[in-house]
Amino acid sequence: MAIKERMSGNEAVAYAIRQINPDVMPAFPITPSTEIPQMVSTYIANGEIDTEFIPVESEHSAMSATIGAEAAGARSLTATSSAGLALMWEELLLAASNRMPLVLALVNRTLSGPININCDHSDGMGARDTGWIQIYAENNQEAYDNFIQAYPIAEQESVHLPVMVCQDGFITSHAVENIMLLEDSAVKDFVGEYCPEEYLLNPGKPVAVGPYSVSNYAMEAKKNQEIALENAKEVILEVAKRFKDISGREYGLFEEYKTKDADYIMLIMGSAAGTAKQAVDDLREKGWKVGVLKLRVFRPFPAEEIAEALKGCKAAAIMDRCESYNGNGGPLGSEVLAGLFRHKVMIETVNYIYGLAGRDFTVSDVCHIFSELDGMVTKGKKPRQYQYIRLREQEAADE
Amino acid sequence: MRTDVTKINEKTPHEQLTEGLMMFAGGTSRYFNTGEWRTNTPVFHEEKCRQCLLCAPVCPDSSIPVKNGERLAFDMDHCKGCGICANVCPFGAIEMKEGVE
Repeated sequence: MAIKERMSGNEAVAYAIRQINPDVMPAFPITPSTEIPQMVSTYIANGEIDTEFIPVESEHSAMSATIGAEAAGARSLTATSSAGLALMWEELLLAASNRMPLVLALVNRTLSGPININCDHSDGMGARDTGWIQIYAENNQEAYDNFIQAYPIAEQESVHLPVMVCQDGFITSHAVENIMLLEDSAVKDFVGEYCPEEYLLNPGKPVAVGPYSVSNYAMEAKKNQEIALENAKEVILEVAKRFKDISGREYGLFEEYKTKDADYIMLIMGSAAGTAKQAVDDLREKGWKVGVLKLRVFRPFPAEEIAEALKGCKAAAIMDRCESYNGNGGPLGSEVLAGLFRHKVMIETVNYIYGLAGRDFTVSDVCHIFSELDGMVTKGKKPRQYQYIRLREQEAADE
Repeated sequence: MRTDVTKINEKTPHEQLTEGLMMFAGGTSRYFNTGEWRTNTPVFHEEKCRQCLLCAPVCPDSSIPVKNGERLAFDMDHCKGCGICANVCPFGAIEMKEGVE
């Protein structure tokens, strides 16, 4: 029996952690993820779970301790945001290269500077090449569902990689919405007991984790890690299928919302996908053929699947909630375009940067973007290929 | 997953390496000749040595072998030439010389 509740995204993730009852959680507080370790430590204090909570002195230590606990044989996790994730950077790569199936609840917040506590994806995107699996949520329900699916993905033998479960800071983490929760026993059965084959605290079976490797071995190890990330794609889909059986909710690498006959598609990730869907509904009522491709799994990057999903449209807006400072677009812009080119899908695209450091992104912004795509296709207009939404500009002020 | 790591060598294809290069055996650093890094070399003056054995436990590279209660010659394949042994010796039986040999 599903339980109908109302919760914030942080509450939903903490609730999932309570249901999973992992072994070790080292964590350090940072806005807007602080509530997650705070709520988990309350569950522990109340005797509801027996997770070992380690109040570490920094995020560098939080990730180090999480890796150490995981290597020892304990199911481990941590939570962070923004600068906290940045301070973990070195250890993020170690977690992945040492093939640790741990989980991190990331509550997306911008990185300094200017210093700011609000949402964008620059923290998660900054860690995009660390070898982690990254799954993004649109709302509290998805943050909860993704978290429950994280360990079965990470711990699968063909994967053995860490998973970052991401939700938008404040927008999702602090806003209270309706949610359908699973029963404790259903979650426990779904996630199962953690029985690692090799771990440090295994008497009589010594193992060294993360040893020094000379050049003759390191490149092969990196290739094996890359293969594991590719394997994750299939595993994510298998776990999603099993999750549908217990929840009725369907997940894939991305969600295609009214894209089948769409002339124009917006590719977007995180909470703003909800805004884009509302705009699609409004425009469809007026006869526009528009749709949304909401990316859920950013790592491994489903380049081929995205190319296949976009090949029937006339133009796509690729939305980045992050500046890449490469002078050429955002991270999604770069990767989606590379995927389209490699698979010879030659549609028109525009890469938009939106919502940096908590800047509003509204239904009317989405409608404006779709009409710009339409102007490009039907009237031969040439919009800037890489541009900002809702940026105050001299030109606009003069009009 | 447990593999006989003695069968792994520099010609092993990536598919047959262990996950995350985990090592399922002890003492494999013996095969890594850190002595190549040395820029200073300890010279052992056996006639001054009283076999007090203060030097052996402080060596970070276990390069002073001890047998039947007596230290033997340096293991130059692994000695990095740090000089801790020369510093700890009360009898001047270990002298650091510039250079590899």
